[in-house]
Amino acid sequence: MAILLEKNTTVLVQGITGREGSARAAFMKGYGTKVVAGVTPGRGGEEISGIPVYNTVEEAVRVQGRIDASVTFVPGPGLRDAVFEAIDGGIKFISMPVERVPLYDILEMMAYAKVHGVRLLGPGSIGAISPGIAVMGWLGGSPEFAKKVFVPGPIGVISRSGGQSGTVPWAIKEAGMGVSTVLHIGTEPVLGMSCGDILPLFEKDPETKAVAMFGEIGGPYEEEAAEAVRTKTFTKPLVVYVAGAWAPEGMRFSHASSIIERGKGSAKDKIKSLKEAGVHVVDRPDEIAPTLKKLLNVQ
Amino acid sequence: MARLYEYQGKQLLKAAKVPIPQGEAAATPEEAGKVADKIGKPVAVKAQIWAGGRGKAGGIKFASNPQEAEKVAGDLLGSTIKGLTVEKVLIEEKLNIDKEYYVGVIIDASREVRAPVVMFSTEGGVDIESVHPEKIAQTTVDVLRGFRLYDALNLAVQLKVPNKHLQSIAQAIMGLFQTFKGYNCRTAEINPLVLTKEGKILAGDCRMAIDDSSVFRHPELGIEVAREASTPPTELDKIAWQIEEGDLRGTCYIAQMAPEIKELNYVGYHGIGGGGAILGVDALNRQGLKIANYADTSGNPTAAKVYRAAKLIINQPGIEGYMLGGFIVANQEQWHHAHGVVKALREEIPKRPGFPCVILLCGNKEKESMEILKEGTADLPGRFEFYGSDKVYETEFLAKRMKALILEYRKDRGIEG
Repeated sequence: MAILLEKNTTVLVQGITGREGSARAAFMKGYGTKVVAGVTPGRGGEEISGIPVYNTVEEAVRVQGRIDASVTFVPGPGLRDAVFEAIDGGIKFISMPVERVPLYDILEMMAYAKVHGVRLLGPGSIGAISPGIAVMGWLGGSPEFAKKVFVPGPIGVISRSGGQSGTVPWAIKEAGMGVSTVLHIGTEPVLGMSCGDILPLFEKDPETKAVAMFGEIGGPYEEEAAEAVRTKTFTKPLVVYVAGAWAPEGMRFSHASSIIERGKGSAKDKIKSLKEAGVHVVDRPDEIAPTLKKLLNVQ
Repeated sequence: MARLYEYQGKQLLKAAKVPIPQGEAAATPEEAGKVADKIGKPVAVKAQIWAGGRGKAGGIKFASNPQEAEKVAGDLLGSTIKGLTVEKVLIEEKLNIDKEYYVGVIIDASREVRAPVVMFSTEGGVDIESVHPEKIAQTTVDVLRGFRLYDALNLAVQLKVPNKHLQSIAQAIMGLFQTFKGYNCRTAEINPLVLTKEGKILAGDCRMAIDDSSVFRHPELGIEVAREASTPPTELDKIAWQIEEGDLRGTCYIAQMAPEIKELNYVGYHGIGGGGAILGVDALNRQGLKIANYADTSGNPTAAKVYRAAKLIINQPGIEGYMLGGFIVANQEQWHHAHGVVKALREEIPKRPGFPCVILLCGNKEKESMEILKEGTADLPGRFEFYGSDKVYETEFLAKRMKALILEYRKDRGIEG
């Protein structure tokens, strides 16, 4: 068991003929993901790594039948249309490994997805992986590297950083444990699925015994995690690190989602609300894995 | 977010039919005098800086004639207010203020909302955070439905705005929202929205910031660097932006943190991946080291892009070391970073023998990357230490190594400290 990405999840790749799209489609398929179709307008009828390419999502669904999930390898300014098209095609989970998306476009996607009950991951998410089952996006990079870094186990991982969504599982593996599902929630100023949506899914997943989170300054995400614990929508052990204690207000550090705005979102405030809710906050990222080990009584 | 100055924001408001005071921006005292002469009334001379609380800090002065306007403009131009240099002033007709309102649009990123929120208050002219919630009316915009004039009217009605001002206030709220949407703002604010003694509604001041990712849609705004920052871009920021703008393969993000280094303990910092880059700085700070710049090259950039970033970082005057903070087990093939960094080191290290470089590079193609780094720097006169995955989270250790090498480097040069 895992969350969102399961054994029979069928996946579409939008923008499959591009530089990243074709490379990552091959990676996802090579890892074992059920990539059933790709879309690039004007390239219908071709094949990429044995995956059939269609001109539109509607065409792909007409031929393939229902598709569960989509990954959008399209440029930022084109993302809104790609997401609307996937939603209209009946796809219920969309992972968006795309940065520099105009903000109002993101708001429109969020609103349209909400109306249709669709889950969005990102924008700016490098993806999700359920080790040994499936991967979406570029998390892991290549099948060999993904197999080396992500080993199956009882820890769910939520990361606000793309790089750390590989590093935290690696540290967990080094400590002799493994991960159930790893999600990078994305980097843009407004995001789809976040802690408030993901923690309840990990709560329900019998395989997940605890969750690790790599937090950052800015945004409401760590506060959502604190809220989930406080309201008992999440009751398993949760270990969190929040990066950026030094960061001044009003400046962007890589991620557009990591800005302290209007005096809100500092590491200090986040750590305070997490601790008050009873979350295990660690001072350094290398303490994440040992803390999990202790909480789960792993020898 | 790329911030706009008051005078720029007001032009956008004017185009959206929000009345603004008569006035123009000026870069010299003479120009300021001419504008005051054209206005032909007592004027306000307002420093154009990216900071709130400008009035209290002495950034707004009044003048009753063009000569006086020229003089106060001369006082303001070139002066420093709240740490920012005044390069332009806005000269406007002085308003006879009867009442001040507030209008603002922000984006609420919280899970339940994720939409723009339009706010209106009868208590303008002060920081909106300090206003009692009962005096603020707000509405969340359904972006699929849009924001309608009657939504704006309802906000004003809710706070019992007198009938005779309802239409003009609702128009101003509407105009601000249209500007917010049309120019892809991250925030937009009219504070105060002034009701004059003559009964006119005008935008007294405004603050706007354009979403970085939408700047490309508005070349007419002439924004030089589409990067979030609390101060205008420095020369280094501008050069760094050129690296990014011309090449969309991967990300190169550089922000100067200390424009002029006058003390010890500054490091040129080159992070990889946002989260990892941020946590490396946490550790350096704990060792008493400061970063001259923040940087992040990730998302599988080319070696050429990494080289240009590394070269720019190492070249900062006054730094005592270079750290490549790759605190991630990266999915990207790291040899692009290895090649780029080696090229920069080969060009820069011979100019500064003994220069400390702590280099951490982990992840995909790590072994090959280490070989590239070691071979490429073997004959260089720097102090190099290379680390891989087994040290990926050893932030304290690496920060301590940086500090130790810096102390040795100081000894070489006979510097106390």
